[in-house]
Amino acid sequence: MAPLLEIKGLKTHFATDDGMLQAVDGVDIVLNKGETLCVVGESGCGKTVTAMSILKLIAMPPGRIVEGQIIFEGRDLVPLSSSDLDDIRAKEIGFIFQEPMTSLNPVLSVGEQIAESLRRHEGLSRKDALARTVEMLKLVQIPNAEGRVHDYPHQFSGGMRQRVMIAMALACKPKLVIADEPTTALDVTIQAQILDLLQDMKERFGMAVMLITHAMGVVAETAQRVVVMYAGKVVEEADVDSLFESPRHPYTQGLIRSIPRIDLDSMHKTRLEAIGGTVPMLINPAPGCRFAPRCRHAFGLCSKQEPVLREVAPGHRMACHLGDTRGETR
Amino acid sequence: MSEPLLRVTGLKKHFSVKGGLLSREVGRVHAVDGVSFAVNRGETLGLVGESGCGKSTAARCVLRLLEPSEGKIVFDGHDVLGLSGGDLRAMRRNMQIVFQDPFASLNPRMTVGAILGEAFTIHELASSASEREDRVASLLVKVGLKAEHMRRYPHEFSGGQRQRIVIARALAVEPKFIVCDEPVSALDVSIQAQVINLLEDLQADLNLTYLFVAHDLSVVEHISDHVAVMYLGRIVELASARDLYRHPRHPYTQALLSAVPVPDPKVKRKRIRLQGDVPSPMNPPRGCHFHTRCPIAEARCRESAPELKQGSDGHFVACHLA
Repeated sequence: MAPLLEIKGLKTHFATDDGMLQAVDGVDIVLNKGETLCVVGESGCGKTVTAMSILKLIAMPPGRIVEGQIIFEGRDLVPLSSSDLDDIRAKEIGFIFQEPMTSLNPVLSVGEQIAESLRRHEGLSRKDALARTVEMLKLVQIPNAEGRVHDYPHQFSGGMRQRVMIAMALACKPKLVIADEPTTALDVTIQAQILDLLQDMKERFGMAVMLITHAMGVVAETAQRVVVMYAGKVVEEADVDSLFESPRHPYTQGLIRSIPRIDLDSMHKTRLEAIGGTVPMLINPAPGCRFAPRCRHAFGLCSKQEPVLREVAPGHRMACHLGDTRGETR
Repeated sequence: MSEPLLRVTGLKKHFSVKGGLLSREVGRVHAVDGVSFAVNRGETLGLVGESGCGKSTAARCVLRLLEPSEGKIVFDGHDVLGLSGGDLRAMRRNMQIVFQDPFASLNPRMTVGAILGEAFTIHELASSASEREDRVASLLVKVGLKAEHMRRYPHEFSGGQRQRIVIARALAVEPKFIVCDEPVSALDVSIQAQVINLLEDLQADLNLTYLFVAHDLSVVEHISDHVAVMYLGRIVELASARDLYRHPRHPYTQALLSAVPVPDPKVKRKRIRLQGDVPSPMNPPRGCHFHTRCPIAEARCRESAPELKQGSDGHFVACHLA
């Protein structure tokens, strides 16, 4: 079966005063129909830029897709103009942003904002669009939807605004929803509500979800498959169980071990395993593996040659020289 | 048992909301609504809760960065609310704070050396410029930075390094007590662990006492000896970290803990779904503040507010039904 979305060798760079910033530098991601894929990594790893590149939601210039293909249902989106993409945005691919306050228009009622895409894509009349909007708001469990459809974003709480965002992203029943840190700005009890809601919606509409997050706990609870990014590259990819059971890349291992966990008794008061150092600058990055300066296992080859993604177990790929018997040995 | 370093009793902080033509008071936000706790020497008390529960306000009142409306704060045998002027400044030498956002809490126009040196000048802790420089250098080393960093400006550092500078500034005056107000929530996870480890090392080396305010329950469990859970201006539960996380008694604590995502796909926990949002602190519900979202609320919960009562095992809980 052909995948729903296939990102091949994507490079998105940004022109800055100091040189080209290689925010996304050769990323391959495959997303199947109806699948939940989590893209995880720390700030600056390129996860958001990757997601934004799919629908060209990045400012161009300074940003530019330098290389690569983004194939959605057999069609490459990279060469498309912005107006061609308008037929795909919201209709085929919905987007949920991190900060619902800044991504909703403050001077339009939430109803008008949700109805906008229904009228544009489905050609509904004002009245029919309103009816569908109320239906969507009910679906995302906004109490008193008929009354609240005319309210403005500031009249909603953070969790309710994120529900509005979800209703908007799902209004045209897209095949893929990209959610960029949808719960990061929310409290933990509200985060749980929103993650449950996303899961319910996914089951109801059978859509695929690409969830961008930095929280390993969120990954473990929602993902089927996981892509770990570091400094503009994919370093590991696996199904969620194998990733947490046997993380192969030293960065993934570090990420999982550096978080305190409330479910383990024995972990209490033991020292956290921090990853030393900081994320590298992505302007003229050093050759070799980008994680090498922070990696406790790094050896000679790591600073010379860039590791490529290779399969280490069925469906489990990682980019690290460790244990690679094909090339040079240490 | 020795007297705790800090004892807070019946702390209240109300903010008036002004409105209308003559800016009359139209309402009051009960940000902190009668909170009592104690922190023992060399220990860490974690203060957790969701946004708007009053945890930061309570912590800031302890340092008198905000003036409490009511209550009593005794620090190291002194009544903090009775102090003013020079006495208050002298007291503040012993109580410092680390803020959440290391980007907003460092003056961008001052070098790191000037930021840290300022504390020595104000509290007259260094007799000469060269002594000041030596002390700044040793402070930087203590928090895992390098002495030569003193000539740089805050923007030249990453978030984690900046938080180290903020910690160094708090340590400059050799305090006994530090309020850590969400010190790691702006940092990436791998950097969070570095800063948490640093705070733990410093506590062990310098016998520091922390009041650790955070919304991340996993981090709070990791670093705290005791934990207090706040909801809408009140403490609903207070116990040793271990006891509170293993045997939570208040329905809010139980729901809060069950909502924390666990980084292990094999662990399938039963999640208690809380309905709705936190009510406005301007108009808190009668009785128990939590009754509007509580899955087990009864008639009396709507009538009278439960007191924070101590069980035989030292576990405090404020619930009629626990």
